[in-house]
Amino acid sequence: MSSHCKGHPHILVKDIGVKMNEKVILKVENILKVYPNGIVANRNVNFEVFEGEIHALIGENGAGKSTLMKILFGIESPEEGRIILNGEEVKIENSKKAISLGIGMVHQHFMLVDSLTIAENIALGNEPKKRGFFIDKARMIKKAEEYAKKYNFKINITDKIEDVSVGVKQKTEILKALVRDVKLLILDEPTAVLTPQETKELFAELKTLKKQGHTIIFISHKLNEIMEICDRVTIMRHGTTVETCYIKDTNPQDISNKMVGREIVLHVDKGEVKRGEVCLEADNLVYVNSIGKKMLDGVSLKLRKGEILSVAGVEGNGQAELAAVLTGMKAPISGTLKIFGQEIKTFTPATLRRNRLTYIPEDRMRNGCAAKLAIVDNLFADKIDKYLIGNIFLNRKKMRKKAEDMVKDFSIKCGSINHQVQVLSGGNIQKVVAARELTEEARIIIAEQPTRGIDAGASELIRRKIVEYRDKGAAILLISADLNEVLELSDSAIVMHNGRVNAYFKDTSKLTEEELGYYMLGVKNQSKEEVNAIL
Amino acid sequence: MKKMGRMSVNRFNSWFEVLRFLIAIFIAFAISFIIMSFSTASPLAAIGNLFIGPLTSVRRFSTVLEMMIPLTFAGLAVNVMFKANQFNLAAEGSLFMGALTSAILAIYMPGPPKLVIIIAIIAAGIVGSLVCAIPGALKIKWNCSEMVVSLMLNYVVLYFGTYIFNQIARDPNSAYKASYKFRTGVGLSNIIPRTRLHSGIFIMVAFVILTYIFMYKTKWGYKLRMTGSNIHFSKCAGIVVSGVIMSSQLIGGFIAGVGGSTEMLGMYTRFQWSSLPGYGFDGVILTIIARENPAFVPVAAFFVAYLRIGADYMYKQSDVAAEIVSIIEGLVIVLVAATAFLSRFRHRMTTKVSKNLLEAGGAKQ
Repeated sequence: MSSHCKGHPHILVKDIGVKMNEKVILKVENILKVYPNGIVANRNVNFEVFEGEIHALIGENGAGKSTLMKILFGIESPEEGRIILNGEEVKIENSKKAISLGIGMVHQHFMLVDSLTIAENIALGNEPKKRGFFIDKARMIKKAEEYAKKYNFKINITDKIEDVSVGVKQKTEILKALVRDVKLLILDEPTAVLTPQETKELFAELKTLKKQGHTIIFISHKLNEIMEICDRVTIMRHGTTVETCYIKDTNPQDISNKMVGREIVLHVDKGEVKRGEVCLEADNLVYVNSIGKKMLDGVSLKLRKGEILSVAGVEGNGQAELAAVLTGMKAPISGTLKIFGQEIKTFTPATLRRNRLTYIPEDRMRNGCAAKLAIVDNLFADKIDKYLIGNIFLNRKKMRKKAEDMVKDFSIKCGSINHQVQVLSGGNIQKVVAARELTEEARIIIAEQPTRGIDAGASELIRRKIVEYRDKGAAILLISADLNEVLELSDSAIVMHNGRVNAYFKDTSKLTEEELGYYMLGVKNQSKEEVNAIL
Repeated sequence: MKKMGRMSVNRFNSWFEVLRFLIAIFIAFAISFIIMSFSTASPLAAIGNLFIGPLTSVRRFSTVLEMMIPLTFAGLAVNVMFKANQFNLAAEGSLFMGALTSAILAIYMPGPPKLVIIIAIIAAGIVGSLVCAIPGALKIKWNCSEMVVSLMLNYVVLYFGTYIFNQIARDPNSAYKASYKFRTGVGLSNIIPRTRLHSGIFIMVAFVILTYIFMYKTKWGYKLRMTGSNIHFSKCAGIVVSGVIMSSQLIGGFIAGVGGSTEMLGMYTRFQWSSLPGYGFDGVILTIIARENPAFVPVAAFFVAYLRIGADYMYKQSDVAAEIVSIIEGLVIVLVAATAFLSRFRHRMTTKVSKNLLEAGGAKQ
């Protein structure tokens, strides 16, 4: 089918007889963007968006999608190139200008004030006034309600942001843009944090928006979602737009091949699980956070050699805290943790790492790397003691050699191992983290969202590596919000809801995303006996 | 092709750093020149004196080197602490207490002078470590800001030191506020006749080399840089960060203490400081000019010492106030520290370099 969409920078879409309202609303021509560190983020970027379509933008991390969207929303300015909106060339100097031109953006990380209500967040910066000075609260709420109704968003406008779910936060973000009369809406990975049920709801809302004449640019890594909801897709690779084609004329395999520039395997081959002895045993762990909320409410589990045990759950139900306790970043207030039968008394990362436990943290920039130091330095932060001469001096030669091997093994794309980590793309930074943590020495690996926000190529590699180390006999605890990943990688799975384990599946091969989703939302709960089958 | 492109951009960036430093100095001088022309009839002669002053005699040039010694120690001390992201000024107090400690030992300690010198220097280092340990300990224990604690601590140290000095070392027969004389032979030997340049400069060179090796070649330096660069990550990687913070303070304090000691034993025969010498503050300036690299600290120290001696000469030769040098120093630091300075020019050049490389690469493909 791909013959329909041969890419040419200027004539992107050939006439393929699809009857759609093909009025070009946005046209981007020959964009060049160079970052101060010399990285060319965008070059020869060309694409068109039709009025009233949902246009997918897909590409690996570092392919330049985010940069391009930042240019459209006025956060970055291009060195060269033209942006043509409704037939007129425009200069978008800042976000205010973008909004006034009718371009809105929902960022991957929400930009909301937690302590304010939904209505207040929507009005922020644009508040209706009374007598020119006082905020007109009644009018503010009325307007927000009007818009929620118009677009069929089921939310309670007077809830505070800190009390609502991620899905509602996202709706608030979208409404925030709509209230400002935005015609073109950019959504940056909107489904990354949603459950399947919430995603379904979002898609219904996006379809409503489309019907009412809005145009949507939809950035995602998830091919099945793009196939489901988008009209056309533009594929980016190495900072350039490769081609644009109609969804109906393409298929997921084709898109991902073009995105990566080679054949990629969407499914990781995985052999039979061979469970061994219990490596890690948690008994009744309780953890209370700084504001007194019980984040872990008696969590018990056993992790065995040679298995991948997934922890699924809607964000904020205790998975992050479980990872923090198991890796010694936080100490539980009660309960015990045994590693190879030995009870852990002091909860520090150093003690746990000494017990051959390694950790791929969720927040790679904060906990996973020292961005300003060289790649080679980052690769040995936890095991420098094995690369010394006379137990004092760094064995630079050995470090360099091993680092080169790791770079090759994990196909980390970098100019040199002496470059700073921060010049790498997100996917490559994550590969650096994974290369450090997935080693022969590791007996227990806690992988927290190991492929979040990274491209298909890097995800595939990291997933393959996780399976490889399972087969080598490591016990792996995979904490992931990506249900696809949970179902694909895990041998067994537990679901966390409200700080408790509410489901255990010894065999995940028959499990579906929908089923998991019900447990994640707490609609379904297993009995105590079923959950305790893990012990 | 991509690899080559990145490397060339990197090379351009290091070339740019040097260029930017020179431009910063030039602009600083140009502004100072304008200010000077308000206060003197012959600003050209004044600025000429500032430049050539230190070169007019061996003695003057040696004073540059003499001044460079304590500055380098202070710069290294601050550098070690800054690298661990411990932004603090406790080096000032350490240097002061180090000087006092070695002065007291130089007065009272019996035994062969050489041994006394060695013990005095080591003791000064240890006392310096103890002073710097205080903000470190408070930071670890109660998360107190090391900056605020060290700033206030310096006054505590000054008056505590002055108290000790008055109680046990002050010579009541001296016409000015000074201690008893050091024992004969206890002092760092002179290395160039008819100047005051002393063998402390060799100790300084040794410390520059040791600090550099420590920072970039040992496991301690590795962990220290890691912690300073991202403390959360280091903790996560199993580094005991509180230990690293403490050791950076202890080592920084030790270097500062030794610096105070060499200054005292090299330049003085009595202890006569009644206020903080200010080297700790200078250390911050030097670390910034040296771009946090210990190998560049002596270069920065030479630059600052040269300016100050030149200013002294200019002041004696003309009617320009010596304070003008503080203005130049300040301007250079602001311009060097301001990372956005000339960034537009840099960005344009980077774009050009990257684009050329892309085109070259594209042509070959």
